[in-house]
Amino acid sequence: MKLNMVYFARLKDSFGTGQESLETDATSVAELLVELRLRGGNWATELGHGKTFRVACNQELAGPDSALRDGDEVAIFPPVTGG
Amino acid sequence: MTDLNDAALLRYSRHILLPEIDIEGQQRLAASRVLVIGAGGLGSPVALYLASAGVGHITLADDDVVELSNLQRQVVHDMASLGLNKAESARARMLALNPDIAVRALGERLSADRLLAEARQHDLLLDCSDNFATRHAVNRASVAAGVPLVSGAAVRLAGQLAVFDPRVAGSPCYHCLFAEEGEVSDGPCATFGVLSPLVGVIGSLQAVEAVKLLAGRQAVLGRLTLYDALSGDFRQMKFTRDPACPVCAAA
Ligand SMILES: [Zn+2]
Repeated sequence: MKLNMVYFARLKDSFGTGQESLETDATSVAELLVELRLRGGNWATELGHGKTFRVACNQELAGPDSALRDGDEVAIFPPVTGG
Repeated sequence: MTDLNDAALLRYSRHILLPEIDIEGQQRLAASRVLVIGAGGLGSPVALYLASAGVGHITLADDDVVELSNLQRQVVHDMASLGLNKAESARARMLALNPDIAVRALGERLSADRLLAEARQHDLLLDCSDNFATRHAVNRASVAAGVPLVSGAAVRLAGQLAVFDPRVAGSPCYHCLFAEEGEVSDGPCATFGVLSPLVGVIGSLQAVEAVKLLAGRQAVLGRLTLYDALSGDFRQMKFTRDPACPVCAAA
């Protein structure tokens, strides 16, 4: 299935892209994150354990067990803390 | 409630013409007490708009001093402010704009105890701070004091905005959105760029939410607004209370 991935703030800079269309077999948010970390480099670092970020599925915050469906928009964003 | 004199009716006439605010809303603003944490990039538009909008009692807390590199985006300060405490500098500008309001400048970094004591003396908190630890401290004070919080954040080309209201049963707090544990640096380098008007966008949105709340309108809760200045996109994400939240779940 295909997911519309969106990355925000530091992650957008770090991944070098703000969005992508992702072909995946991941059925949950947790599986998707495992798959993205396997890309290595900044993907492994930024989405690694101990990093604070949230995932939203179709504009609603999602937990690791949240199910993913074809065509979902999956957004990953860190807290912005500056001001 | 505070009566508005002729000069005030004229000064605030464009507010009073709005049925959503009207004289009653303007009187509520005049009677309101607001605590603004941070008088930097976000605090600048917040301070200017709350002062011009006629919020009667504004407390500003910032322990920092105005430097030349601040003036690119911290528009409440100017060349004459260099070397002055940011809260004091903002206070002077706010009173020049509107002498009918009262402004307290706290040139200190508020400890958790001081923050809670101050929160209890105010109707609304505005988080215009520049770090994650302070954001969580302000959130804890908001929940403990039962005072609503308008949170804004901005760095580089990205901004975030959310409103929290612990008076609304079951509504989420900042910790429900972003847990305190973990690494949260805004980026890989020690100092970050900030697009000048980005803090104006987010700070102005904070001021909009503050004025609406103080005028008596209920804010939309459980909604995080993300702004990307490069693409020009606004996106909104819904979130709910974390049943295991150590800050608000037991409150
Ligand atoms: Zn909470």
